[in-house]
Amino acid sequence: MLITQTQIVLTGTLLLGIAAGMVGTFAVLRRRALAGDVVAHAALPGLCLAFLAFQSRSIIVLLSGALLSGLLGAVTVSMLKRFTRLRDDAVQGIVLSVFYGGGIALTRSIQNTHRNDSGADLESFIVGQAATMLKGDVQQIAVVVAVTVIIVVMLFKELKLLSFDEQFCQVQGWSATGLDVLLMLLTAVIVVVGLPAVGVVLTAALLIIPPAAARFWSDRLSRMMMIACVIGGISGVTGTLLSARYDGLPTGPLIVLTSTAIFVLSWVLAPHRGLLWKSREVTDLESFLPWVESDAAEPPAPTTSGSPGSAQEIS
Amino acid sequence: MTESAENTNSAIFDIHDMTVAYDRRPVLWNIDLTLRNPGLVAIVGPNGAGKSTMIRAAMGLVPMVSGAVRAWGAPISSQLTRIGYVPQRGSVDWDFPISVFETVLMGTYGSLGWFRRPGGVQRDLTMQCLERVGMQDFAQRQIGQLSGGQQQRVFLARALAQQAELYFMDEPMAGVDAATERVVFKLLQSLSDEGRTIVVVHHDLRTVSEYFDEVVLLNVRIVTSGPVATTFTPANLQATYGGRLSILDTMADAVQKQVETE
Repeated sequence: MLITQTQIVLTGTLLLGIAAGMVGTFAVLRRRALAGDVVAHAALPGLCLAFLAFQSRSIIVLLSGALLSGLLGAVTVSMLKRFTRLRDDAVQGIVLSVFYGGGIALTRSIQNTHRNDSGADLESFIVGQAATMLKGDVQQIAVVVAVTVIIVVMLFKELKLLSFDEQFCQVQGWSATGLDVLLMLLTAVIVVVGLPAVGVVLTAALLIIPPAAARFWSDRLSRMMMIACVIGGISGVTGTLLSARYDGLPTGPLIVLTSTAIFVLSWVLAPHRGLLWKSREVTDLESFLPWVESDAAEPPAPTTSGSPGSAQEIS
Repeated sequence: MTESAENTNSAIFDIHDMTVAYDRRPVLWNIDLTLRNPGLVAIVGPNGAGKSTMIRAAMGLVPMVSGAVRAWGAPISSQLTRIGYVPQRGSVDWDFPISVFETVLMGTYGSLGWFRRPGGVQRDLTMQCLERVGMQDFAQRQIGQLSGGQQQRVFLARALAQQAELYFMDEPMAGVDAATERVVFKLLQSLSDEGRTIVVVHHDLRTVSEYFDEVVLLNVRIVTSGPVATTFTPANLQATYGGRLSILDTMADAVQKQVETE
């Protein structure tokens, strides 16, 4: 059986989209979406340094360097937060741009010194060029994705509890910090694995957009996660195909644009939470369509006093 | 309900010399508290007295500057499976994609431990707990579609599913409707009748003597604690709330009169 380069690349971006949807679901629900962005940008200098140190374009070498500096970025964020009292977004902005700036400078200087060396195409990591993935690369991605999926499935109960109610997780005897670090590690690994296909700048979008779109389709975490995986997988495959069709367009932006298109469709069309559904005409359809489950909640009982910060909209 | 053999000398719950500070400002100072008898215990004090912080620190959710917390004679961290918790309602995201049933099922996670999935036993228990708070018909609802009082009942059901002997509840009656308040008190009473100990952060001074066995008066330090009949006295309340209490009473009376005339 002949395996074409396109099939190899498609397999890679499909697996990547699935894993990103899975891990991204927890990242989004824990409001850690931007932490993935920090890791992605902070990965660039490590990737360059790994290339300089080992003079190798082997994906495992480059991505190990990327993972180390990405995690260093994440640790820097939590240290700065503790010692400067700056807010989360400010600290993340600082770390992200400093690491990314350093990474860009390194990439350029490597590009200049290795001008005649075709193997040193590090700039493809900035916006992603899945076409450069080799069979060995995809095999390594497959292993990483498989390990991630196994961990998430085995610890689904614990991660769900952590994401919903960290305090309750802790009083039941689990180490919330340990689970948090694990989730951060999984996020970092998937971000770094996504770098060759989606690139430093856009990898975080692959973590955030599919779960955000999936949230419109389900009120259950397990289903939302599966839908996020499907959307992530479809985005990866479609983006890659578009990139192959229009020669030279980078895969990263196309994957992100595809997932964004799915996000917009979900936002408009999804039952119960979608825009159309919420408009008056469509809600009235409920009485005519017996198979549509009514989702209207009973009116809330009157409260004796103002309930702080928890008045919920009844959809 | 306590199956395990217990040293009769050891208290159910004991805080020794607890001090907690935020940004070097002490919010709890030198807390000593011992509970020896099962029953309903109210923690009462003005805003900022550290009521929530005390139970949160006792369970290890807030770091202590100094102090030791023991339950049944052992460090509390080793007794967490025997302890239940009802956090404040505002502490979670109610838009989270989870149903009422799944939320209550989380109460059984502690006894399951790592990796094990909830099975039939846990599901049956969850349904019983929902019935006990009258929320069985809402099992498949997403939690954001509930009223404040219903959300509070879900949290209580989750704590029931923990099947604990000692409960900490953080303002379970805050901002709930009258129906829920009656359900909650009936539930607390039945838990107490089963021999459990329930420590409740409580804000409504009028209902303390009606429902609780013991009261802890707190304002950064423990002013006093003991049986409601002997401890919940005007003099002690004056010492806890300072001059503010009489102002509160005057205001409450004024509001009451206004309501009656309308």
